Amino acid sequence: KLLGMPQTPRQILRASPEETPRDANPANVGLELFGYVGIEAVLDQMRIKTMKTGFEFNLMVVGQSGLGKSTMVNTLFKSKVSQKPTGPDYEERIPKTVQLQSVTHVIEEKGVKMKLTVTDTPGFGDQINNENCWDPIIKYINEQYEKYLREEILISRKRKIPDTRVHSCVYFVPPTGHWLRPLDLEFMRRLSKIVNVVPVIAKADTLTLEERAEFKKRIQKDLKAHGISVYPQEDFDDNSDDRILNNKIRDKIPFAVVGADKEHQVNGKRVLGRKTKWGIIEVENPAHCEFPLLRDLLIRSHLQDLKDITHNVHYESYRVQRLNESNLLVLSPINGLLGKDEVESNL
Amino acid sequence: MYQNDNCRPLSLSGHVGFDSLPDQLVNKSINQGFCFNILCIGETGIGKSTLIDTLFNTSFDDRVSTHFQPNVRLRAQTYELQESNVRLKLTIVNTVGFGDQINKEDSYQPIVDYIDAQFEAYLQEELKIKRSLYNYHDTRIHVCLYFISPTGHSLKTLDLLTMKNLDSKVNIIPVIAKADTISKTELQKFKIKLMSELVNNGVQIYQFPTDDETISKINATMNGHLPFAVVGSMEEMKVGNKMVKARQYPWGIVQVENENHCDFVKLREMLICTNMEDLREQTHARHYELYRRCKLEEMGFRDTGPENKPVSLQETYEAKRHEFFGELQRKEEEMRQMFVQRVKEKEAILKEAERELQAKFEHLKRLHQEERMKLEEKRKLLEDDMIAFNKRKAATELLQAQAFASTPSVSLKKDKDRKK
Repeated sequence: KLLGMPQTPRQILRASPEETPRDANPANVGLELFGYVGIEAVLDQMRIKTMKTGFEFNLMVVGQSGLGKSTMVNTLFKSKVSQKPTGPDYEERIPKTVQLQSVTHVIEEKGVKMKLTVTDTPGFGDQINNENCWDPIIKYINEQYEKYLREEILISRKRKIPDTRVHSCVYFVPPTGHWLRPLDLEFMRRLSKIVNVVPVIAKADTLTLEERAEFKKRIQKDLKAHGISVYPQEDFDDNSDDRILNNKIRDKIPFAVVGADKEHQVNGKRVLGRKTKWGIIEVENPAHCEFPLLRDLLIRSHLQDLKDITHNVHYESYRVQRLNESNLLVLSPINGLLGKDEVESNL
Repeated sequence: MYQNDNCRPLSLSGHVGFDSLPDQLVNKSINQGFCFNILCIGETGIGKSTLIDTLFNTSFDDRVSTHFQPNVRLRAQTYELQESNVRLKLTIVNTVGFGDQINKEDSYQPIVDYIDAQFEAYLQEELKIKRSLYNYHDTRIHVCLYFISPTGHSLKTLDLLTMKNLDSKVNIIPVIAKADTISKTELQKFKIKLMSELVNNGVQIYQFPTDDETISKINATMNGHLPFAVVGSMEEMKVGNKMVKARQYPWGIVQVENENHCDFVKLREMLICTNMEDLREQTHARHYELYRRCKLEEMGFRDTGPENKPVSLQETYEAKRHEFFGELQRKEEEMRQMFVQRVKEKEAILKEAERELQAKFEHLKRLHQEERMKLEEKRKLLEDDMIAFNKRKAATELLQAQAFASTPSVSLKKDKDRKK
């Protein structure tokens, strides 16, 4: 009974409560209410509270220069989020090493405030020798986890810990039409362990529909063969409804996207698109490209899920690793101070 | 890597779609279900269970407690309720035996201990290396309904004492129980008296939040009606042409959901429909954080060192660990010394005992030897006697034989007489 918000397929599927609660305790008694109590009002209370505090979302885009990353981000958020590197001195702009640039904006839609941080990675994959070009990126992601961890273990900690952790890393695959390149595989293999990786086929307007389908199949096979699990990961499906929904998404990964931030007139409507001599590619037309699917995944339906998986899975495994490698904070108030060895034996 | 700290607002030129974020969040919560834990404090028979039944419009545990409990116990029961698509895991904690003892000095302690234990359990989970907070069954108490007796005068000392000890640990909502025993005018005076007593004694009860425009007005009004005078009943009676929950007296019917009769509806509104989420948030962000901070500080952890520079927990931990092990070693050494000492003492005692035993043995041996010698002497004497006797016997027999040979019959008779 949601307040008239547009229902996405995921919401419709979720309308029926799941059969077995997550932590079913047979000792708990299930009781029937004789009449209306007002418990469901807690949903509205929650909604009001979250609207007041606002949301944070941190997106990272990775890919070689010229694949349309900045345009894509601008198209996603329908505003000039990223500055596109254009101009006569563009050649000099390619950095010698991978640098990370973050830009933060506050955007608002229908009363919902969101603090959006987009991290760009110019220089990735642009050198002759690209060995270890993923290291600065991994370092950055881990630094954000570290920041959060330090805030979390303070004695007097903030009510709302600022969240700079990367919630999603969109990886741009060049539209070669053949296979994933060694750089792509190496990068995705390493990063899918610590962050949600969403691979996309960039500049997909150079592929025909058949070529696109073939390319996708090969990429999916490649990913499977190398044991790379991209978002949405199979292991983290909450329930059967989720799995059905996510399987549909997994069939279509990686999305073939085209970015555009100019509007054109098509059939009397103004649409975002790329104008070419042979036609206008409508970015938001599902028949032309899969940009709507990417937008739906990242923003409209799975944004909260991306954040939850980052917090509950990736951050937690970073934390486990950190606490195990240093005696950072290992104590159990009842047993007093324990060394990490003693605690490990208790676990 | 540089960060653009200039967080300027950006305008969107079209519909992006993240306005569905609150819905996404709410959907996740629906999937997980909600937890709500209520603690009811009040004397036996004051109407706690009935009120909770009425609040949630269902029938919880029926058991009636006796008045003869030796001390205050807490009894927690968890129920799963569902309304449309919201699943609520409701835990009701009752104080059994509260106010029944003759000496009520320690009545509040089990309650404080229980609340602390729930915080402790959460803290333990949070500090684990491998933890699973997102599906942790939260047992921390979110609200405490304190039932005040409808005496019409003032708060009891026990009430003040208990509330003072709990106000920094839990959200307290005081209610006047069995409010159908007070008249309207008395009730107004009673409420004013109660609130002023609470304020004078520095008891911090839960204030309904007034920082959000949508609910600030109604919350502010309700804050003025505290404490709520409630009546609980699950029995239905026909009033007019409706069935309502009520209590029937010879002089009239008290309707539970009639706002003119009692504040039950207000309580339900505030507790469930408007502020349930805020109660949960306050418990987590304020009361739990306070507990955590106190607990960690108690163990010696600090955020800033003696020069007021931020000290990493790692350094503190290392220092503490060093200290701890130093202490451990010292204690070990002490114990070792004590052990050696004890062994020495025991050895000495045993040696002494051995010596004594040896002395005794010698003594006995000597005695035995003496006895033997004496016996030997006696035997010698006896043998000598026997030899002497045998000699005499032989001599006498010889004489007899000679005498017999010379005078046979007469001497025989004489011998016989002589022998007699």
